[in-house]
Amino acid sequence: MALNIWKYASPQTFFPLAGRMIPVFTVLAIVFAVVGLYIGFFVAPTDFQQGEVYRIIFIHVPAAWMSMFIYLVMAFWAGVGLTFNTRLSSMMAHALAPTGALMTFIALWTGSLWGKPTWGTWWVWDARLTSELILLFLYVGYMALAAAIDDVRRADKASAVLALVGVVNVPIIYFSVQWWNTLHQGASVNLTRAPSMAASMLTGMLLMALAFWMYSIAVSLLRVRAIIRERERDAAWLQDSA
Amino acid sequence: MHWGSVSEFFAMGGYGLYVWGSYGVTALVLFMEVVLVRRRARTPTGIAGHTGDYPTGTEK
Repeated sequence: MALNIWKYASPQTFFPLAGRMIPVFTVLAIVFAVVGLYIGFFVAPTDFQQGEVYRIIFIHVPAAWMSMFIYLVMAFWAGVGLTFNTRLSSMMAHALAPTGALMTFIALWTGSLWGKPTWGTWWVWDARLTSELILLFLYVGYMALAAAIDDVRRADKASAVLALVGVVNVPIIYFSVQWWNTLHQGASVNLTRAPSMAASMLTGMLLMALAFWMYSIAVSLLRVRAIIRERERDAAWLQDSA
Repeated sequence: MHWGSVSEFFAMGGYGLYVWGSYGVTALVLFMEVVLVRRRARTPTGIAGHTGDYPTGTEK
């Protein structure tokens, strides 16, 4: 008998599966964070230009990457839910939005604290910063729209359209430093050429990116379980388990 | 190891406010998110007579 992966598209089978996955991703997030922070603070050297303030990079870049990546995943599940009417897909999209918004907030907040000592300003209406702020508004708009419509199925559909339209902003954020003359520096890490930073800095940053990624998965799975409980609370299968 | 002492570590070469302001707020918001989501995942949903909206949880 072939393994039927589609059975996990049902909230009833996904609910316990998510419950078993949460501890795994939690442990991974903690391990990556501990090692990443150790390398970030005790192994990576002082930056010759910026001094110690550059150590903000170990949370700023991972949060910024996750803010864009989570949006794409959220829009993907929202789009699947819109196209195939799969309930769990829409729930997954709703579960990702608050974490994505939080990652966007962290990227903006840490960027601001980095900008003040290095650029001399907390904020500038630069293409990178402005498009990232728009990303925050897209997340908040998505959540507000979903919460404003009483009928869950209609809320799923309307918010999915908003999420999909907003996808256009993600490449704008990513390429903004190339397309426009921005105060924000260009990418230090790139798939096509060697990174312009010390190996230990890069290692710390990538480990922290993995930590943020695992954290986002763990907390989104916990939130999707909460959403399943709320939406399926009349279903018989939930009466015993939750 | 490039920190001579604990106070040197917390000073972050004079950028302590910016570095710890970043890490502190990040830790705080992530901690708050976990607390709120765990609370939401444990709130009794009850058996509502209607479907559609989010439950308000246990009403007082």
